[in-house]
Amino acid sequence: MRLLFSALSGTLFGAGLFISGMTDTAKVQGWLDIFGDWDPTLAFVMGGAIIPMFFAWRLAEGRRPVTQAYFPPKPPVELDRRLAFGSVLFGMGWGLSGLCPGPAVASLGYGGVMHWVFFAAMLVGMGLAPYVRAALFERALPAE
Amino acid sequence: MQSEWLWGLGGGLLIGLGAAMLLWGNGKIMGASGMVGGLIDGSGRSDWAERAIFLIATFAAPLVLYPLFTEVDTHISSNWLVLIAAGLLVGIGTRIANGCTSGHGVCGISRFSLRGIVATLIYIAAGGASVLVFRHMLEAI
Repeated sequence: MRLLFSALSGTLFGAGLFISGMTDTAKVQGWLDIFGDWDPTLAFVMGGAIIPMFFAWRLAEGRRPVTQAYFPPKPPVELDRRLAFGSVLFGMGWGLSGLCPGPAVASLGYGGVMHWVFFAAMLVGMGLAPYVRAALFERALPAE
Repeated sequence: MQSEWLWGLGGGLLIGLGAAMLLWGNGKIMGASGMVGGLIDGSGRSDWAERAIFLIATFAAPLVLYPLFTEVDTHISSNWLVLIAAGLLVGIGTRIANGCTSGHGVCGISRFSLRGIVATLIYIAAGGASVLVFRHMLEAI
């Protein structure tokens, strides 16, 4: 049952990324190109994606998911340097390539070999992340 | 092409429905960087099959749609150095920030999570700065 939900969710996600133009790096970079020839499409993608999720969260109150006891709790409001630092790195890479993780997966099958180059580098980065995190953010913390 | 915002909106709705499906079905946040990253660093070992099936479906769905569209071009850079640098930045950044466009953006903003909203503002600003510097100032992309 959980695998079925995962498959259906991934299918909707992949189809939505493809149809919306999120897998087109020129459109993504066009949206980020505020000082150039700005392309507003991504605002519609974001807006469109947030609408069903807004209702999904609203209806979640006092109920439970089909296969789990509770909905994921809201993260404690904790704006830290990790969130800011990671988001800056991510944004830089997103602007450079026009790809973020979802579209990077969705475009692998038809986008050609350069998509695999990006994807492989992203996997290496994800593998390195725990070490970068430990080196930059966990050194000064007291042992728990 | 005036219809592009309609495709954007329609595709966006599908993305949101996918996220709602995972939330209501499995009680999970649909975050692409978390799905992939959990398989890479071992933190998602307990539900690896769910992650793998989600990602295979994300990979496969466009392959079914692809033949129905004409002139599909991802306009990806042909500079592999740029792509390797970008991939590393995206991989490290999303895992340190614990989310990307889908997790922080779609799932976080829709529940008015301050973390999601702040992360989204930061990565859009950094992305805008990146395009400004590398496209208009350095003309490298």
